[in-house]
Amino acid sequence: MTRAMPDAGASLTASEQRWRCAQPSLSIAALHAASLFAVDPVGTGGVVIRALPGPARDSWLQCLNGLLPQGTPQRRVPLHINDERLLGGLDLAATLQAGRPIAQQGVLTLADGGIVLLAMAERLTPATAARLAVVLDTQEVALARDGLATRHATRFGVIALDEGLADDERLAPALLDRLAFSVDLHPQNYDAGPAADDQMALDQDLADTPVWSAADVASARDLLPQIDAPEEIVKALVSTALALGVASLRAPLLALRVARASAALDGRLRISDDDAKLAAALVLAPRATQVPTPPAEPPPNEDEPPEPPPPEEAPDPSPEDQTEPPPRDDEESSKDEETPEPPPVGNLEDRVLDAAQAAIPAGLLAALMSGQDRRASAQASGRAGAVQQGQKRGRPSGARRGEPRAGARLNVIETLRAAAPWQKIRHAEIERTRVLSDAVMTRVASAGRRIASSSVAPPPRARVQVRRDDFHVTRYKQRSATTTLFVVDASGSSALNRLAEAKGAVELLLADCYVRRDQVAVLAFRGKGAELLLPPTRSLVRAKRSLAGLPGGGGTPLASGIDAAVALAASIARRGETPIVVLLTDGRGNIARDGSPGRARAGDDVQLAARQFRAANLRALLIDTSPQPQAAARQLAQDMGASYLPLPYAGATALSQAVALATKSVSAVPAVTR
Amino acid sequence: MSVQFPFSAIVGQDEMKLAILIAAVDPSVGGVLVFGDRGTGKSTAVRALAAMLPKMRAVVGCRYHCDPEAGGSACEDCKALKLAGTPVKSHLMPVPVVDLPLGATEDRVVGALDLERALSQGVKAYEPGLLARANRGFLYIDEVNLLEDHLVDLLIDVAASGENVVEREGLSVRHPARFVLVGSGNPEEGELRPQLLDRFGLSVEVKTPTDLPSRIEVVRRRDQFERDPAGFTEKWKKEDERVRRSIVKGKSHIAEVVVPDAALERAAQLCMALGTDGLRGELTLIRAARALAALQGAAAVTDEHLKRVAPPALRHRLRRNPLDDAGSTVRVDRAVAELFGA
Repeated sequence: MTRAMPDAGASLTASEQRWRCAQPSLSIAALHAASLFAVDPVGTGGVVIRALPGPARDSWLQCLNGLLPQGTPQRRVPLHINDERLLGGLDLAATLQAGRPIAQQGVLTLADGGIVLLAMAERLTPATAARLAVVLDTQEVALARDGLATRHATRFGVIALDEGLADDERLAPALLDRLAFSVDLHPQNYDAGPAADDQMALDQDLADTPVWSAADVASARDLLPQIDAPEEIVKALVSTALALGVASLRAPLLALRVARASAALDGRLRISDDDAKLAAALVLAPRATQVPTPPAEPPPNEDEPPEPPPPEEAPDPSPEDQTEPPPRDDEESSKDEETPEPPPVGNLEDRVLDAAQAAIPAGLLAALMSGQDRRASAQASGRAGAVQQGQKRGRPSGARRGEPRAGARLNVIETLRAAAPWQKIRHAEIERTRVLSDAVMTRVASAGRRIASSSVAPPPRARVQVRRDDFHVTRYKQRSATTTLFVVDASGSSALNRLAEAKGAVELLLADCYVRRDQVAVLAFRGKGAELLLPPTRSLVRAKRSLAGLPGGGGTPLASGIDAAVALAASIARRGETPIVVLLTDGRGNIARDGSPGRARAGDDVQLAARQFRAANLRALLIDTSPQPQAAARQLAQDMGASYLPLPYAGATALSQAVALATKSVSAVPAVTR
Repeated sequence: MSVQFPFSAIVGQDEMKLAILIAAVDPSVGGVLVFGDRGTGKSTAVRALAAMLPKMRAVVGCRYHCDPEAGGSACEDCKALKLAGTPVKSHLMPVPVVDLPLGATEDRVVGALDLERALSQGVKAYEPGLLARANRGFLYIDEVNLLEDHLVDLLIDVAASGENVVEREGLSVRHPARFVLVGSGNPEEGELRPQLLDRFGLSVEVKTPTDLPSRIEVVRRRDQFERDPAGFTEKWKKEDERVRRSIVKGKSHIAEVVVPDAALERAAQLCMALGTDGLRGELTLIRAARALAALQGAAAVTDEHLKRVAPPALRHRLRRNPLDDAGSTVRVDRAVAELFGA
């Protein structure tokens, strides 16, 4: 990282100044990501920028622009882009003009050699993400639409502008897996990084960070193909990925490419240990799903002790630089220039792992430390469920004859197809009418009378004769999918039974839910609050995984449970689906909303929550799980506006049948409108 | 078409590779479904398959590349030629491996009115689609669980009948469409409909290797390939050639492989023990075992063969029992162990 800058101290060029200007608002990791991505956009796949639109994101993008060669194509992909624009299709205007099919290229083809920017990437549908993923993998756009079958080679890097705030708003995992970098520019995360007393170190760090320019990037690109990857680097990266619980093999591969880009940027022909460390910190750390189990023993080489695991710093590639910059500097430069690989090979893996571990974002690290399993499974199972909705809304399902009225969309291809076989006849017809009208005209003229020519004027001759009954409109199918939300009382002694029942019912429902395309979610409440155990999903695999380790026991925070159900149901409804809440409880809460024990307070809270529930106008089913039907539960059901069903010894099958019945009755009722 | 990663250079994933080879030797086992984690080389393996397949003989000029020897399964044109007794010319062509791209529209899949000729010449002509191109070859669907529903319905129908019937835009065409359906996907992005699941003869679960050496090997080979595709392919050419020869040998040998009654009985016992629906399980099991025997050059199907192909042939046919925590693979293994006394 201490590449001798030719004129570091001397006058800065314009681009370097901008680079510097941009720095204060960006972390070092973000800057590294920008420069390494600029070196190899295709190889590294891309960058996920998690930030709201704002100066931080703008300055990062500006930085990147300063680094990319002039004239690099950049295409912005809006969220709801259709396949026609994304992949290509028939150019209607040109087709009608020319009278023969004319293809138009999609955004992905046009971005060849450049950058694709994904706006609001966190809301990207899995379908679009999968299309992008295939194009990234095969480096070509294979088109089979609208009577066209073409292939266009295209190579580009992706910048996903992820504006998600909540933890479950993330880029589709299929794409996340293929983009090397992930940069978090959210202010809170950045503020958490450099504390005031770290400012000095940070400044020092900034001074140490090489200032790259577009020229450096260009020469690095030339160098890239020649760079050698030593065996131990590959080994170190792969084992680091494994230690951090990164399952996908794309991660170490991407890390290797990043390391290569880093070496190229440094003007070296061989990947050094520092390149590997940087790559591990940038690529592998954000993907970590576990903290390395045998805590990597303090590295024997006295380079410097790595910082203790919870790093206060936001992703910082080289923690060493921060602790003792000046000596480090010398040490490193001597390392780079004189002895390419001084430390014993065996330690490299540990050091790369340390670098990565130190770079795990603080929030993620805390999550990993506290609930290893949960985070890991949540991470691994991806967030497909959350984004899958978009594709359900109005999917084209063929076309039918009809006029484009009342919001119906003209399906031009089908219309043209319908018109096509008749063209000859229609042209002949027109020809005939023209001859006829000419004849009429002449006769009329000879009769010495004039008539309004407008009524008999021959229609202008168009190349394609489309008649009204050729019109076809696209039919969209919109399923009003149901999401069954189980709210399970996981408190007390019988928790285990109820949980097992709920679990069984969830799985039974899921087992046949793909027929109806419904989803299932599970909320559990116990102890002091409610917890979302299974976000709405259709995947049985995922459900099994999430439900495997259901906790039970503790107090009954019934009010919190109902509150959480209302919130989740509202978010389901926002997605255009119908939520059905199934509450499994005995109706006796003993923990108030604020987590304090006491039946009286808890009872008041429950009543309040129940009324709010009712106001939300949600379809609900309350299943009384107590041994004898309880008046309290019946009352609660009434307050909530829910159907009441005492089911003391409900097996999973009985439960799922009851729910299926409730679901059916809901489907019969017109779907709750949003 | 860019250079594909060589088939034989894929590290591990033996079950997946075996299933693909079995389908190549005997297309009648019915497709292969590859489900598993991201970044395990699912699509790499399928795309590499094209280069491994021995060429096939086809009628010159036939749009569906019919087999000159074929009787009933030939297209109308070829049948007419045959009836007329005209000698047909044939040529060798690569077995088609057709990618069904995401976002494909129905008209390109089944074929539709030739827009160009309709617009410019006013001729009503049929333009074959992807199903026609895939006839006698492979149809590969990546992310099969993200495929649009109406396309899934269509594929189910065609895969079952081996014939594509087009009734649209005043066209009425039917042509043979016998292909091996190969699908891949990630189960976490959604389940597959049972009807489609059933169309796949073999189902393979792939997992990322968890041992360090093979992970390193994967990354190393991939890196080498990316740096020098031509050189890398050259290096693996011999291996690939070996695999290709085994396919050729297997194809010619398969007719001679004997399936003893004992093996049939075993297969039936296994399916009964597992309670699979229908007879498709037994059929696939026997066919796959025979193809495996042919690949290995064995004279008859043995218990070893059955044991090896039982998981991919049966795991997706088990009656779903969500309350049984054991995965279907485990259940098959258990039944195999019980029956064969492992």
